Amino acid sequence: MAENIKFEVVTPEKLVVNENAQIVVAPGALGEFGILSGHTPFLSTLKTGVIRYADEKGKDHYVFVSGGFAEALPDKVTVLAESAERKRDIDKERAEDSLKRAQERLAQGKRDNDMIRAEAALQRAIWRLKMIG
Amino acid sequence: MATLKEVQNKIQAVKKTKKITKAMNMVATSRLRGAQQKMEGFRPFADKFEEVLGSLASKSGEDANDLLIPRDEVKNVHVIICTSDRGLCAGFNINITHEVDQFLEEKKDDNISFSFTNFGKKGRDWCRKNKYAIIEEQIGVVGAQFGFNVASVAGRNVIDKFLEGAYDEVYLIYSEFISMARQTPVLKQILPIPPIEIEDEDEGQEDKPYLAEHLCEPSADELLGDMLPQSVYVQLFSALLETSTSEHAARMAAMDNATKACNDMVENLTLVFNKARQAAITADLMDIVGGAEALKG
Repeated sequence: MAENIKFEVVTPEKLVVNENAQIVVAPGALGEFGILSGHTPFLSTLKTGVIRYADEKGKDHYVFVSGGFAEALPDKVTVLAESAERKRDIDKERAEDSLKRAQERLAQGKRDNDMIRAEAALQRAIWRLKMIG
Repeated sequence: MATLKEVQNKIQAVKKTKKITKAMNMVATSRLRGAQQKMEGFRPFADKFEEVLGSLASKSGEDANDLLIPRDEVKNVHVIICTSDRGLCAGFNINITHEVDQFLEEKKDDNISFSFTNFGKKGRDWCRKNKYAIIEEQIGVVGAQFGFNVASVAGRNVIDKFLEGAYDEVYLIYSEFISMARQTPVLKQILPIPPIEIEDEDEGQEDKPYLAEHLCEPSADELLGDMLPQSVYVQLFSALLETSTSEHAARMAAMDNATKACNDMVENLTLVFNKARQAAITADLMDIVGGAEALKG
């Protein structure tokens, strides 16, 4: 088995994940990518979505991210995101509420800026809910 | 000479004031701890962000993005002022508005129109009093719990206006938290973004050259375009955090001084009270002795 890679998820509020991982799979702007130890230096923006990583024992974990980017170095992956939550930290009610609100706003169809924001909110809510199933 | 009752009332009043200032001091202390923790929690993000941004910027040209290009003619300047919502923190807000004043004074001759975004009631009130144009005001942010979205929404608005051409330059004024005893107002230009240099002051980092030459996805320029607005949010957020922390520190110090002043006053007043009491007793004794003498006579 190849070596593990250090994996960090940082938001403005706190350090969400700081672990060693076997593999990190992240939703890049141009498609999903997986990173193993020894990856070439790499930088990519991330879509709203879910990062999957396998810890040292090979157990899968999921982290929700939105509005961020990932930097991969041979021994380390850093994800900087505006918001990131582990599966257990997701607030189901809040996500459902915001899903409803976003749908209502989209249904009204007002100004452009609002639409973009509502769309983004919708995406986030959908992914959050998807993650907790 | 004040009567006994008057002095006593005054002592009571001062003691009550002292209770208030002491309570406020303690509240500020605990809030300060929270604010400091938040500031520290944000630091890893800010450091990493700056590192990556620096490495990207060094690869892209200086005019890779509209946000980087200085305008030839500066007609409209926007100023974001971060102050506290509440007073009782000594010269904290005055220091900040004074800095704004100086800034406006410097630019006064160039025929520029100014507009403002206010975080915090005190700065807004100051702008209203001086009849400045307030574009946006956010009350209840500084000194309270707030998330990154506050900074990103406000930042987005400013950037949109800048790109539309409504603003030619945007400045940010906030209070930097240097230590518990020192908070200084800082003026920063945030748009157009000043040329990004890779920070040298990062302790311990300078000897290790940054492993640049990333593969970029999408292209480096596009990535930069994504990150530059974010860097504005990051700066704004950090300014808000710093101002909040500074506010609590300033209030703590102010309330500490007030409590001490109360102690001094109580001490002095007690002295006055004792003297007055003694004088009254002496006068009473004189009366009694005088009366007794008269009866004897």
